[in-house]
Amino acid sequence: MNFGQFISYIASGTVYTVGVTLVALPSGLLIGTILALLYVYGGKTAARLMNLYSTIFRGVPPIVLLFILFFAVSKGINLSAFWAGSFSLGIVSSAYQMEIVRGALLSVSGDQLMAARAIGLSRLQAIRYVVLPQAIRLAIPPWSNEAAIIIKDSSLVYALGVPEILRRAQLIGASSQKYLLAYLSAAVIYFLLVFATSHLLSLLEKRLAIPSNP
Amino acid sequence: MEWLQLLQRFFSDFVRGAGVTLELTAVGLTLGFVLGLVLALAKIYAPRWLSAIATAYIEVFRGTPLLVQLFLIYYGLPSLGITLSQTLSAYLALGLNSAAYQAEYLRGAIQAIGPSQMMAGRSIGLSRWQTIRFIILPQALRLALPSWSNEPISLLKTTAVVFLIAVQDLMAKAKRAATITYNPIASYLAVAAVYLLMVFALNALLKWLERKTKIPGFDIDVKRV
Amino acid sequence: MPKPILTIKNLSKKYGGNVIFQDLSLTVNEGDTIVIIGPSGTGKSTLLRCLNLLTKPDGGQIWLDDQEITAKGTDEDHVRQHIGMVFQNFLLFNHLTALENVKLGLVRVKHMPEKEAETKALEELARVGLADRAGHYPGQLSGGQQQRVGIARALAMDPRVMLFDEPTSALDPELIGEVLEVMRKLALEGMTMVVVTHEMGFAREVADRIIFMEKGSIVEEGSPDALFYHPKFERTREFLWKITELYGKKEAQA
Repeated sequence: MNFGQFISYIASGTVYTVGVTLVALPSGLLIGTILALLYVYGGKTAARLMNLYSTIFRGVPPIVLLFILFFAVSKGINLSAFWAGSFSLGIVSSAYQMEIVRGALLSVSGDQLMAARAIGLSRLQAIRYVVLPQAIRLAIPPWSNEAAIIIKDSSLVYALGVPEILRRAQLIGASSQKYLLAYLSAAVIYFLLVFATSHLLSLLEKRLAIPSNP
Repeated sequence: MEWLQLLQRFFSDFVRGAGVTLELTAVGLTLGFVLGLVLALAKIYAPRWLSAIATAYIEVFRGTPLLVQLFLIYYGLPSLGITLSQTLSAYLALGLNSAAYQAEYLRGAIQAIGPSQMMAGRSIGLSRWQTIRFIILPQALRLALPSWSNEPISLLKTTAVVFLIAVQDLMAKAKRAATITYNPIASYLAVAAVYLLMVFALNALLKWLERKTKIPGFDIDVKRV
Repeated sequence: MPKPILTIKNLSKKYGGNVIFQDLSLTVNEGDTIVIIGPSGTGKSTLLRCLNLLTKPDGGQIWLDDQEITAKGTDEDHVRQHIGMVFQNFLLFNHLTALENVKLGLVRVKHMPEKEAETKALEELARVGLADRAGHYPGQLSGGQQQRVGIARALAMDPRVMLFDEPTSALDPELIGEVLEVMRKLALEGMTMVVVTHEMGFAREVADRIIFMEKGSIVEEGSPDALFYHPKFERTREFLWKITELYGKKEAQA
């Protein structure tokens, strides 16, 4: 096996890594946003429940949660390791994303809500048209951080058998005894993925920025 | 609750595993702190080329998964003649990884304190290094504490992956329990509970540390993530 | 016969153990410009925020025309369409342009079709002299411009009465004039206004009635001349001349 084949074998795992990220990140965002809205606007009981959710899902190591969710999901529905692993990662991420969205919602000053009510908007309308649009922009930097974390944590699903980058590096490293090269290659690929994503999101942040004269 | 029964059954096993986990956290944290501090100082005060190396280190270790770093050290280094045991590999990987994150927390705090206090220190004749050592660091370390507190907790959770190179930590014990009882869900749930307990305890310890080391009247509120 | 637009009877409000105001009664007639003055922390802003139900009073009633808006089951959002409010800190929607700020209420609350809303919004902006800034974001506008957009946003809803909560207190001195000018015009056009302010020049010139509040109760109420030249209470006189020294001289120089 030559160098090119070696590298491309590992690189072909990128599809799975990206796939896992593209399932986990948006599902985490969807769940996280709904929970965050409940946390901030849902009243005392909801807030306490959300706090509990946050404490538990952020207090347990992701890999433990991944295993629990994976086995629990596999028991009920017949999902492939890829989907079960990705959704499980998404649920883990939802707790962190909930905190990010919550932070952003709280940062948009309560005065904005008041001004919105003053022109007759209902609470729901005020949140939808005034608070959320501003909160989204505030959430992008920490969210970009979370995206990088998910790309890195996707390596955990190798333990579930998903043929992503790390798993391939492990397989080809073992068969060729070229462990150093295998894992270095994997490291480079991950680095490029994280780097590219951070840059893209940084561009997005600039695109969405509200114009102002400093 | 099956997991509760499982917890009782494997109690001493889990306790031993938790002990290893805490050990891993402590070693990783300490190593990470020393190296992290060096990196932070290098990034701020060192000549261009050195600070660039520090930046590169931080970018690489924060831009790649810990698992890859761990495997590189345990499986990859032997081909360079460096063979480390599982535990040593884990210590090294955790320490090098944590250093990159701690460097950022420390750097932020030093830069917040830095410029004005540096001026004040130099103005009474202290050298650069003396000012850093006696004036800036004591304040910066306290300032960094609230946001830095995220790192010990994060590290505690991160140690869970080292069972994949057969280090006998809490996760390894969970896997063993799962193999014996054929009940993976209950096993990992039980262990999740233990991790939660450890995180609570660590959190309380850190909050106590914050209170103990507070400088009276110096109240910069850095939010805990 | 003057027609009352806002009738307030025995209004009270507490925060925790503190009584902000108690048993406050006031009538605002159509076309009136009422100016409320008094020391800081007197409850003037709280009173204003009770009038459009942003703050719930603890006791008493408020009527808007013939409707008791403090009654149980009132649709507050609907009421707020008819009462306009201008805030001390402008509180423009930061993520929207000036035009979009003014349009939002028309489209989402009054359910006006896009084109119509856009035309009306531009008209209101022109009314406050900012038609050429329609595409600017709040971050790109000066304080005075932001406040004028705030006024346009409130006016666009065609309110029965406009409430102003210290509209110029957060402005740099040279920007106060442009906002007071807009308010002066509004008053002359016959808009019913309740204004909390420290601007004595404005009060003397434009108010139909001035109300002096202290520690949560109305000390004195009357025409500008009455209050300034024949105040019934010593406290009124003290406060007015102290404030006039701070603000009035500046106006005399302008």
